[in-house]
Amino acid sequence: MVRTLRFNREIMDTLSTQQYSDLFLKHKDIFLGDEPKFLQEIRIKAAEKLSTQSFPAKKNELYKYTFLEPYFNNGFKKNIIPKPITFDICDMFRCDVPTLDTHLAIVLNGFYYDTKKLLITLPNGIIYGSLAEAIKQYPALVEAHLSKYITTDDSYVTLNSAMARDGVFLYVPKNKSLDKPIQIINILLADEELMVQPRNLFIMEQGSSAKIVICDHTLNDNKYLTNSATEVYVASDANFECFRMQNEHNEAVQVSHTFIHQEAGSNVRTNNVTLHGGVVRNNLYVNLAGEHCENTSLGLFLTDGTQQVDNYTFIDHATPNCNSNQLYKGILDNKSTGSFTGKIMVRKDAQKTMAYQRNSNLLLTSDAHANAKPQLEIYADDVKCTHGATIGQIDENALFYLRSRGISERESRLLLMYAFAFEVIKQIQVEPLQIRIGDLVEKRLRGELSRCNNCAMYCK
Amino acid sequence: MLKITNLRTSINGKEILKGIDLEVKAGEVHAIMGPNGSGKSTLASVLAGRDIYEVTEGTVEYEGEDLLDLTPEVRARKGIFLGFQYPIEIPGVSMASFLRTAVNEHRKFKALAPLSASDFLKIMREKKEMVEIDSNLTNRSVNEGFSGGEKKKNEIFQMALLEPKLAILDETDSGLDIDALRIVANGVNKLKTAENATIVITHYQRLLDYIVPDFVHVLYNGRIVKTGTKELAFELEERGYDWIKKESDLKLNGEDVKI
Repeated sequence: MVRTLRFNREIMDTLSTQQYSDLFLKHKDIFLGDEPKFLQEIRIKAAEKLSTQSFPAKKNELYKYTFLEPYFNNGFKKNIIPKPITFDICDMFRCDVPTLDTHLAIVLNGFYYDTKKLLITLPNGIIYGSLAEAIKQYPALVEAHLSKYITTDDSYVTLNSAMARDGVFLYVPKNKSLDKPIQIINILLADEELMVQPRNLFIMEQGSSAKIVICDHTLNDNKYLTNSATEVYVASDANFECFRMQNEHNEAVQVSHTFIHQEAGSNVRTNNVTLHGGVVRNNLYVNLAGEHCENTSLGLFLTDGTQQVDNYTFIDHATPNCNSNQLYKGILDNKSTGSFTGKIMVRKDAQKTMAYQRNSNLLLTSDAHANAKPQLEIYADDVKCTHGATIGQIDENALFYLRSRGISERESRLLLMYAFAFEVIKQIQVEPLQIRIGDLVEKRLRGELSRCNNCAMYCK
Repeated sequence: MLKITNLRTSINGKEILKGIDLEVKAGEVHAIMGPNGSGKSTLASVLAGRDIYEVTEGTVEYEGEDLLDLTPEVRARKGIFLGFQYPIEIPGVSMASFLRTAVNEHRKFKALAPLSASDFLKIMREKKEMVEIDSNLTNRSVNEGFSGGEKKKNEIFQMALLEPKLAILDETDSGLDIDALRIVANGVNKLKTAENATIVITHYQRLLDYIVPDFVHVLYNGRIVKTGTKELAFELEERGYDWIKKESDLKLNGEDVKI
């Protein structure tokens, strides 16, 4: 039996979160019906919390540069159960990086897409596939981790917790390594304006290692809103690397929340390249919960038109002797906006912390806008923390040097822009991917279409 | 080849070149000397097309064409090369891709097919030997982390690859030890033909022991105040610039005096 939901009606009536609470109540049977008890609890708790929350207001410090509430009030269709699509996605969307050998996981409009096998177990015990299916087959495993690493009260995350129905699940047992990267392709392809809320859960047991490549794509011109959440548990001495490429069209809005929980001696690298997108907000929360952790967070965003890309990071040095390193770079053209807010928290006992942060922005026009907000909060006294933010234009001296060798102004500018971006690209450790991304970034900077598949659809 | 007539330029309203006249013919080597701040580097930059300088008066003719009308890249493709006094470091742009792009832009201009990677490497190897540049440098970013000497050698290396008609070397000797100076000068001499010309800007007579100029010009206060042969360089080395400054200042006041 489902217990009564204690919704705070009084507040709810005035909040934009209400429509979601209403939706939740309307489809209570689906959200709670067949789910195991722990998941019901998570959903109910989240739904109740949401009923007391509002979406971040315009003045909210956390969302200062990207006001998202209107997008969440747009009345987009929300699919609670997947709507069948007549295209053969697997055939249409073949990654054309021949040397990039990966396990493919396709997520179509927020739901894991595979008509045959929803969950795959590799010979060494690694499991990957649909989260919804994992909840059915491995409830104990999911219960031990789902919603355990959320370190924020952000109402968008609460919303995802209440309503997300599927996404990608990965489990890497103790001391096991993934033989090749898992490539998750998030595809948005619907015949109407759509909101999707996928949820991913990656569990890395002690001493394990895995690489993940995530690609976000819109495959037609419809408007989309994505509110995705990913939780990553990285046990002691495990290695986890995640490369994400966001390539959505100008009418797409994406909010992504990633929570990384690191135990002692673990090493995590994330690299987020935003090639294209209408409004993109990425939140990255890293909790260094054990000693001697390494965390590297990289980001690159290329914007033009009126695009907005906003990266928020929160690196929590909760224990001593951990290193973190952040590098976020943006190239901003036309009237676009790029923002970076990077918070480093060094807790009282986190001595010998080394935390570095750098954010550099290249403005190509006087109308482009960059916001850089480093935030350091340090409560320990034996730490080394640095942060730096730069906002600049193309170096005229370098430009002249290149032109004086016969290289046209356009090519010279491209060389310099590419060089600026390359500092992030060169840190992609899957080599064919590094070459491929380098190529895509160059095409993007040239203003050519940066399709990364051989599909018949051209993203706007 | 190059004919500069009454060239006046200014930057931020301040006049730097105050009427330069200079003619350079194919096969000639011209040395331009002069005290600090006399306008030598400005002249070099203006010839290469740096747009921060405003040309207020005068003309520059290059192979019968108005040079000032051309963009820096077109000037380069037409054979003008500036060896920078302070070569720019460009992190992230690899030497190899930079040089290959530059060489192929020159070839495209001459309606030649671009070089294949292997042909390009072959040419690069040849030229590297000529200027005795460390092989590893071409694996790095443009000038990044190069020593002062390496940067200057790199300029001559680029010159060797691009084979200019008119090379303008802006204080290529400054900051070089004797060995590096000899290597740089040898490079310049080896590249010299009857068809091309070189303008060497220098502070010191020392370089001119290696690169023998046909003419020596003294630039002072934005004007060429004296022209002679390489003996003039020796005289400058011995006596400094003061006597030239005085002579020229007096001349400006209408007195024709020889000191």
